[in-house]
Amino acid sequence: MDNNQLKVPVMAELSAQGKSPEFLFWVGCAGAYDDRYKKVTRAFAKILLHLNIDFAVLGNEERCTGDPARRAGNEMLFQMMALTNIEVVNGYNVKKIITICPHCYNVFKNEYPELGGAYEVIHHTQFLKQMIDEKKINIQNSEYINKMITYHDPCYLGRANEEYDSARDVLKQLGANLVEMKRNKNSALCCGAGGGQMFKEAEPGNKEVFLERTEEAIDTKAAIIASSCPFCMVMLTDGLKYKNKEEEISNLDVAELLANAMEL
Amino acid sequence: MIEQIVFTLAFVSAFGLFFYRLYRIYKYIKIAKPLKLKFGFKRVARVLKIAIAQSKIFKNPLVGLLHAFVFWGFIIVNVEMLEITIDGVFGTHRSLSFLGDIYPMMIAVFELFALSVIIACVIFLGRRNIIKLKRFWNKEMTTWPRSDANIILITEILLMCSVLIMNATDTVIQSFGNEHYPKVGAFLVSGYLTPLFSGMSESTLIFIERFCWWFHIIGVLIFMNYVTFSKHLHIFFSFFNVYYSKFSPLGKMMNIPCVTNEVKIMLNLPSADPCSIEQTNQFGAKDAQDLYWKNLLDAFSCTECGRCTSVCPANITGKKLSPRKIVMDLRDRVEEIGPKAVKQGNNFNDGKSLLDQISTEELWACTTCNACVQECPVNIDPLAIILELRRFLVLEKGSAPGPINAVFANIENNGAPWQYSADDRMLWAEELSFKSK
Repeated sequence: MDNNQLKVPVMAELSAQGKSPEFLFWVGCAGAYDDRYKKVTRAFAKILLHLNIDFAVLGNEERCTGDPARRAGNEMLFQMMALTNIEVVNGYNVKKIITICPHCYNVFKNEYPELGGAYEVIHHTQFLKQMIDEKKINIQNSEYINKMITYHDPCYLGRANEEYDSARDVLKQLGANLVEMKRNKNSALCCGAGGGQMFKEAEPGNKEVFLERTEEAIDTKAAIIASSCPFCMVMLTDGLKYKNKEEEISNLDVAELLANAMEL
Repeated sequence: MIEQIVFTLAFVSAFGLFFYRLYRIYKYIKIAKPLKLKFGFKRVARVLKIAIAQSKIFKNPLVGLLHAFVFWGFIIVNVEMLEITIDGVFGTHRSLSFLGDIYPMMIAVFELFALSVIIACVIFLGRRNIIKLKRFWNKEMTTWPRSDANIILITEILLMCSVLIMNATDTVIQSFGNEHYPKVGAFLVSGYLTPLFSGMSESTLIFIERFCWWFHIIGVLIFMNYVTFSKHLHIFFSFFNVYYSKFSPLGKMMNIPCVTNEVKIMLNLPSADPCSIEQTNQFGAKDAQDLYWKNLLDAFSCTECGRCTSVCPANITGKKLSPRKIVMDLRDRVEEIGPKAVKQGNNFNDGKSLLDQISTEELWACTTCNACVQECPVNIDPLAIILELRRFLVLEKGSAPGPINAVFANIENNGAPWQYSADDRMLWAEELSFKSK
């Protein structure tokens, strides 16, 4: 085994040693299983480890928050997942949760409290912005200086929770030339994945939503589409492939961009 | 004297019908499920910002300005209704002219607003019928909704024109020295119209003046009642709708506490009292009365502007879903079942439901992105209706699309929407290392 290999702390192990870390890093299903988004999870975990943040993940104890079930109408299943997760998380006496998925973020922040799970919930873009503001991250020679980057607002971070600035602030810190799509912030167009659409064929229409959004991103002439949601990433990456633009334009998460700039 | 009696009768009966109709709508809204919304100064502040200052319409500043002209114009010109009412009941003429020099200034303000209403309404008619702005011509904008809009705009133009012509003829009549017409001088806007009437005889002018006076007041009384059957009801309801609209972040979905209790019992967690049979006999909504009263207030507050639909990702890409149609269908359904549902209460059943109008294809096209909710100038929440209907489809009919059912099964069995084992949740962390420098 390589000596440089990083060990991601797991809640059950720390708990067995009598430790209770400051943050729970909620990886989410896409972060754990989706091959593309696993890279985002790795990038963010590396930043956490680099900064010596006192955190742990739930690992095999983590379960779907129930968000897709709830939005698709299955309240019973949502509540089963919610109450189960809350039991586990409360069992570790967790106070602060960082998540790399806006859907998990929304559910933890807005919907778990009335079911008995009240935590301080932080989206990873908010956490990264905070680290920069506190000068814990210093970027010297970012490879993104003057690069044209456009940021796609995930619905569940933007409109749903009015968080528009953190990701943009991080991108500005990278020295990027931030360009906006025609529909941005609270008028941003959905990527097409929310509300269960991610898992089914679109209803009959004359266009795919992800293509409409990808075209808008391409129109900005940006070299990079930055996003901060696993589902948006799937949709926009598909859109770029469909438009044969995946060579010219890359779709990267804010955490990946920052990890690259930090040369982690 | 006869005129005074006719006026008083018309006035009292129009207001009687108006308030009776509002009371009926209140009863219709109450057929839905209860929902406790607390009073709060933040709610009042929001009414001032969104309903009075109309902050959301000003997203497009030009349209915002035109709409503000019509809104303020209508409020201010209706102050003149006060004088008209006094004159009508007591047989006086321009009873407020005792205000002296203030009077022509006051009328000048009214006239400026009347003119701005006319200009704005003409532009609005042009946008609807000549430019044919797309959102006014979507599928759900059938003959009636389109005519409704035009009737409202034309009526407003006619009502304002009648005020200006009335004032112009009045000015000319004053020059004849008719003692019933106090000398208050020419008015700011209608003064420019007086040449049109200068050659006419006094009796003709008095006829035109009286005609316009009656046209205006009877027009207002009829229009006021028409509005309660029309999309234009937003002029009264939008204030209440903004007041009661939800505060929590848009992303928060309403809980069903009975489900929480059931799940707690299933999971052997300490739970509150189980819900009564009445509360649990159906989850979600298949008809208007299964929704919450705020959803129904939403439906009556909708003026069918279509901003929701014009930002809906599903609608933009040609899907059948239109948030405006959902809201319009709900209002139609409430109007349809209201009279009987008010009488029969929980026993009401006409063998039909809201789901006859709203198809599953529409409901399953929604991405729950909240763009429609964000966009609505009067804070209507079409998404809340869609989600309640989805809950019924899934929890009561078990009729989710196949792939969605597969997701449910995966979440239930594997704890993830995909068919992966929980034991694989840490695979991402394998061979993780910093870049060697």
